Amino acid sequence: MDYQETLARLAEADERIVVMTAENRAAIRDLPLRLGKRFVDVGISEATMIGAAAGLALRGRIPVTHALATFLTLRAFEFIRTDVGIANLPVKLVGGVPGILSEANGPTHQAIEDVALMRGIPNVCVFAPADELELVEGMQHIVEHPAPWYVRFNSCAAPVSHSPFQIGSAEQFGDGNDVAIVTYGYLLGEAMAAMRELEALGVNARVVNMRTLKPVDTELILHVAEETRLVVTLEDHFRTGGLYSIVCELLIANRLAAAVFPIAFEERWFTPALIGDVLEAEGLRGPQIATRVAGALEAESMTPAAGMFNGLRG
Amino acid sequence: MSTTLNYNSLPEADEAQLRTTALRVREHIIRMATGGGCFIGASLSCADLIVYLYGRHLRVAPSRLDDPNRDYLFLSKGHDVPALYGTLAELGYIDRDRLAAHLSPNDAIYWHPNRRIPGVEFHSGSLGHLLSVAIGVALDIKMRGTDNRVYVIMGDGELNEGSIWEGLLVANAYGLDNLVGIVDRNEFQANIRTEELIPLEPLASKFEAFGWSTERINGHSFQEMEGAFGSLPFESGRPSMIIADTVRGRGCPSIEWRADRWFMRLGEEDADLLMRELHGGEGGTLAAEPLVVR
Ligand SMILES: [Mg+2]
Repeated sequence: MDYQETLARLAEADERIVVMTAENRAAIRDLPLRLGKRFVDVGISEATMIGAAAGLALRGRIPVTHALATFLTLRAFEFIRTDVGIANLPVKLVGGVPGILSEANGPTHQAIEDVALMRGIPNVCVFAPADELELVEGMQHIVEHPAPWYVRFNSCAAPVSHSPFQIGSAEQFGDGNDVAIVTYGYLLGEAMAAMRELEALGVNARVVNMRTLKPVDTELILHVAEETRLVVTLEDHFRTGGLYSIVCELLIANRLAAAVFPIAFEERWFTPALIGDVLEAEGLRGPQIATRVAGALEAESMTPAAGMFNGLRG
Repeated sequence: MSTTLNYNSLPEADEAQLRTTALRVREHIIRMATGGGCFIGASLSCADLIVYLYGRHLRVAPSRLDDPNRDYLFLSKGHDVPALYGTLAELGYIDRDRLAAHLSPNDAIYWHPNRRIPGVEFHSGSLGHLLSVAIGVALDIKMRGTDNRVYVIMGDGELNEGSIWEGLLVANAYGLDNLVGIVDRNEFQANIRTEELIPLEPLASKFEAFGWSTERINGHSFQEMEGAFGSLPFESGRPSMIIADTVRGRGCPSIEWRADRWFMRLGEEDADLLMRELHGGEGGTLAAEPLVVR
């Protein structure tokens, strides 16, 4: 079942659901026919869409809104914060082509601060599905959940088979104790490839797929930080405010010292190209990630502080 | 103008009652301008509109604030909320005593509206938001097929915001004839006359060009309000806009039409002076320093 079929069935079963778009219909082309008046296209006006979604929510509706992730989270940011966030209304914000999925569009379309912005708003939760399977399963939980949610839309084919979805619950693949690659969204497949590559190099790895970044699975993050020598945060997002920040905040709040190696875009936008070439150019292919992680692990083992970290744990 | 207004005259006794309520509301506004102060100029300009809407026109009452078939009023220019607080107090939505808690951390009666005050439908303060929120409510009412309406009061300065013009386009696209825009046309934005900074005129033809059926009235005449609001919707299938010409500071001549009397913190003497003016007495010179205007 694909995304729009899922949404159509949810909406047919629950008359509170209204599907909205700022003329971004790629993933929901059949819904005008299926939903009639409960499909609202406001044209290219993201701010008005979010304000209207707040109004619909005041009337008891659950609006599921769609726009490209950059325009949704940036152009309409203040409407999300002020109309949806302050009032804590159950508006669902579905951002298209987030992160490297914007491919060759260039920096205007690169939503790589979206996680930082959305998680920074009180009440707003964040879901970053790794693929279509996770998107479709997660939406069924998120649409019925009372909070506002930002969804980093991703309908790519699944690179793994997932454990059952639960809000606030990450999933772990493998149990290697040398390194944990913690990630979310599209890069999960590359993280899995990196894990296999690392095994071949004699490095025991595990991969954590966060699924929801807010609420975050604190327990699992602390657990992997204790069990491994190095935590790698892997994300198609600016280094500021995303998963690297989330993990560091959790470690500090829990007085846990751990080596954390971020793979993210540091103070720059990424190279616009088709997705495979973006991965290659940015060093985000599985084998490239493995090389970077092995290097970080090597540096970590030579750092005098490494032993001290172990002493501080707990 | 697109229609002939149906000038049903407002019965004299009803008009007198609205006048009395509006006078009480202006007294409240002046009191709220003491201590920490408030946006007194804008509050006085839209006081008659708000009193008319709650006192005579809207199908809403303290007993039906959860009724989905009520009319909704959104105050998009949130800084004029003292006029709304005063009206809600006079019409029994909140206790009059509660206005004494203006700006107290122990209550929620602050410089911009919020939903902890019964009768306030949504918070505002950031300009250019509530037209879109009103559109959402109006869309839902259309989906459900009931006959209630949604009203949104905007400032003329607020019309600088691009989101207003987005909203005008979208409301027209969906033929929201259950949506009524009201512009408090007091001819000032925060610090300066609108026509000196970002000219709005000819305003009615702008709204007409955006597909809104538009009427222009004196926003201090209850008779003209009765004519305009009594003729809604101006056209079936189109949203309605009422441009209400008003006077900033209306009721207190020493602060009327003044760019430098927007936000004021009144001492007791100035408050007494404005109160005397409000009741037709002698004016005078305010002790409060005017705001610096460029
Ligand atoms: Mg004005």
